[in-house]
Amino acid sequence: MLNVGKIEEGFVLDHIKAGKSLSLYEHLQLDKLDCTVAIIKNARSNKMGKKDILKVECDIDMLDLDILAFIDHNITVNVIKNGEIVAKKELVLPKQIKNVIKCRNPRCITSIEQELPHIFVLADEEKEIYRCKYCEEKYTERSKAL
Amino acid sequence: MKHLMSPMDFSVEELDKLFDLASSIEKNPAKYAHACEGKILATCFYEPSTRTRLSFESAMTRLGGRVIGFSDAGSSSAAKGESVSDTIRVISCYADICAMRHPKEGAPMVAAERSLIPVINAGDGGHQHPTQTLTDLLTIRNLKGQLGGFTIGLCGDLKFGRTVHSLIRALVRYPDIRFIFISPEELRVPDYITDMLKSMDIPYEEVIRLENVMPRLDLLYMTRVQKERFFNEEDYIRLKDFYILDTAKMELAKKDMLVLHPLPRVNEISVELDDDPRAAYFKQAQYGVYVRMALILTLLEITV
Repeated sequence: MLNVGKIEEGFVLDHIKAGKSLSLYEHLQLDKLDCTVAIIKNARSNKMGKKDILKVECDIDMLDLDILAFIDHNITVNVIKNGEIVAKKELVLPKQIKNVIKCRNPRCITSIEQELPHIFVLADEEKEIYRCKYCEEKYTERSKAL
Repeated sequence: MKHLMSPMDFSVEELDKLFDLASSIEKNPAKYAHACEGKILATCFYEPSTRTRLSFESAMTRLGGRVIGFSDAGSSSAAKGESVSDTIRVISCYADICAMRHPKEGAPMVAAERSLIPVINAGDGGHQHPTQTLTDLLTIRNLKGQLGGFTIGLCGDLKFGRTVHSLIRALVRYPDIRFIFISPEELRVPDYITDMLKSMDIPYEEVIRLENVMPRLDLLYMTRVQKERFFNEEDYIRLKDFYILDTAKMELAKKDMLVLHPLPRVNEISVELDDDPRAAYFKQAQYGVYVRMALILTLLEITV
């Protein structure tokens, strides 16, 4: 089994669906951070069978937890300090997300006015449904976002 | 400052007050004839709609106010590429209240976010048409005596028909209402509506044949299949004459069933029904003026 060393300060994203870590890497824009990132694919997991893990050595505040929660709120976020897990952040679906996804409704005002932000509002927490703030179109590709 | 984007922007209590005011205006129009003197309504219509625009203009004129505006995007600054946000900032300097219709969904909300004056959504694409819903609710309240305790059939284009979506969302707040949706398969009511009804435990049925359910209806809300909502002309031609309400079908209905229609109709209601006392659609247009008068007064916070 491959061993990846501990990180001193940063975060570990655990329980990522197997094969999805690279996509998450892009969504979190980790390529723009000047820090160590370890991408572990297909690690063995008792809970999931296979899973991916991301280890990032940077300040926790640099991570957009809202985007992470929107993409998959089942991911475990471990906060690391001095090489130890000091906290586990619980991901809660954000009430509103801005400029993460685009409204695809061709009749929406955002389709013609380019400067408008694309804002989606959590319309149904139980069913995890987001709707465009302006036209109320349902975002149906959430499962594909990751 | 309050705007009207969706009928749900007003609580049931606020709607009751609005409808009481509309009824007071109907009974004593002279009392309100100068209520908006010195005030200006801007009607910003980015797509043609003679009926709604004239209803707003009639309402403001009957309140003693004045009206400015444009009636299609071609004659407005939108043709030069001006954004809705910029337009409303300028209109805010010219008028005291604005009624906006736009083919793009959410445009009036963009305006409301930047506006310095109250904005009324006068219809945005296939999304919302709240003043039509207020009209429908006032009509039902006045002609049926109350909002609640009836079976309503909604017939025609239930997929793209924004008046239908708004009306259902507004009606679910009242007690003991049963819905019957009558439409071809292709124009069924969207899932989010039926999901909402299921979650609220409100009874509904979806049927194709109008005749089968006529005897059970207390209200029948007819809609037009709108050409402008279709991307495909072929689908429009196939579905436009799916339902025509005529005297034969009306014979199956209760003696006190009311027929409503947001108008304009094309041929979905036969003209031979116009003299039937159950045909309430022209009365509905009259209530549309009263409710818009009440709305203008409420949003401008004018008390008489």
